[in-house]
Amino acid sequence: MKKVLRETPSQTAGPYVHIGLLPDVAGLDVAHHGIGARTQLEGGAPIVIKGIIRDGAGEIVKDAMVEIWQPDHAGSFGNNAKGFARTHTDFETGEFSFETVKPGSVAWVDGKPQAPHVTVMVFARGINIHLHTRAYFADEADANKTDPVLSSIAEGRETLLAHCDPSSNNTYRFDIALQGDNETVFFDI
Amino acid sequence: MTSDPAKTFSPRDRSWHPAGLTPAYNSSILRSPKRTLLQMPACLSEVSGPVFGHDMLGQHDADMLTNAKVDGEPVGERIVVSGRVLDEYARPQPNVLIEIWQANAGGRYRHVRDGYLAPLDPNFSGYGRCISGADGRYSFRTIRPGPYPFPNNGPAWRPAHIHLSLFGTSFAQRLITQFYFEGDPLIRHCAIVNSVSDPKAVDAMVAKLDLDNAVPFDALAYRLDIVLRGRNQTPADAGHG
Repeated sequence: MKKVLRETPSQTAGPYVHIGLLPDVAGLDVAHHGIGARTQLEGGAPIVIKGIIRDGAGEIVKDAMVEIWQPDHAGSFGNNAKGFARTHTDFETGEFSFETVKPGSVAWVDGKPQAPHVTVMVFARGINIHLHTRAYFADEADANKTDPVLSSIAEGRETLLAHCDPSSNNTYRFDIALQGDNETVFFDI
Repeated sequence: MTSDPAKTFSPRDRSWHPAGLTPAYNSSILRSPKRTLLQMPACLSEVSGPVFGHDMLGQHDADMLTNAKVDGEPVGERIVVSGRVLDEYARPQPNVLIEIWQANAGGRYRHVRDGYLAPLDPNFSGYGRCISGADGRYSFRTIRPGPYPFPNNGPAWRPAHIHLSLFGTSFAQRLITQFYFEGDPLIRHCAIVNSVSDPKAVDAMVAKLDLDNAVPFDALAYRLDIVLRGRNQTPADAGHG
């Protein structure tokens, strides 16, 4: 097939993104909005994924919106929105935090299993087109070693690893650097 | 399950979209990655995507003239915005969740962090959402937002604009954009608009006056078609997922 139209260009989500996407954060009272920081996946191991986002000067980004999309613990997405969640970076601390379950493995394009991962997208003022990355789990060392995507990354592979917080058994830290030292690897998929 | 890349998505045309770094828009300077994006074929992680049902919508979500009404009509020029959601192969895209946010007629956002001196409108929140129909059509009612100043390199004004967030069937189609209004002289002065370099691409973000759809003695109308990335599959593939 031949493309006949061009994708509508992206524009920054801006600093007031919360009004439309997280109205309670903006201070609005919208009944039954239904989208928040928790996925609705059933079964598997409950986990928390939290982190901060830094800009190229090392400043913490406090007006971003972050979305995740992932399969359930068995690697199945299902025809629903259960594996989706969205939150903001806190206006004071800059931290984002998701409640979800540890995802199962999803097949790569050749049918072989990939290491478990969560798709992460970042939107904010100053980000002209959203940034797409993946959170892998540092405690899945064997699966990570053979993962086709991780293996293809020459530099910055470690920026995609979420590390389990030693003081808890289910909280993973996934900090994101938009630019500069330890700049997160972002994808064009 | 496999996902043949030839039947999924070709890479985005990054020259049509804004670059990450557009120095005239100050905020992009420290928030744009310096590393080249890593190009990957879409696998099931990106070909799949959240499916939102029409039942998630509140009764007045698509009517921003009434969904925050307290004791009267919102101030401003009443408009109906409608169009179609298509993909790059011109196929209508049904069931696309469109989330909407905007400033009020004075250019003020109802947001805890907006302190612009234009007043809030007690009957307008600037929040809305709708889902495209089986034919890809969508429509919502609102007021035309006002321009407002924002900190950039010296004084800068945003043209009147409405923010849109869209989900196709694949997470790879995710898109957040803004649209503008035909004839607004501020469009060509805006560093955020001009983050998009091709004039044809800018024009694709400008809603056109749509007098045929105006509601007599009630509301003017604007038209905007929205294009999402298309999954490359032949009609023969379509029935087999």
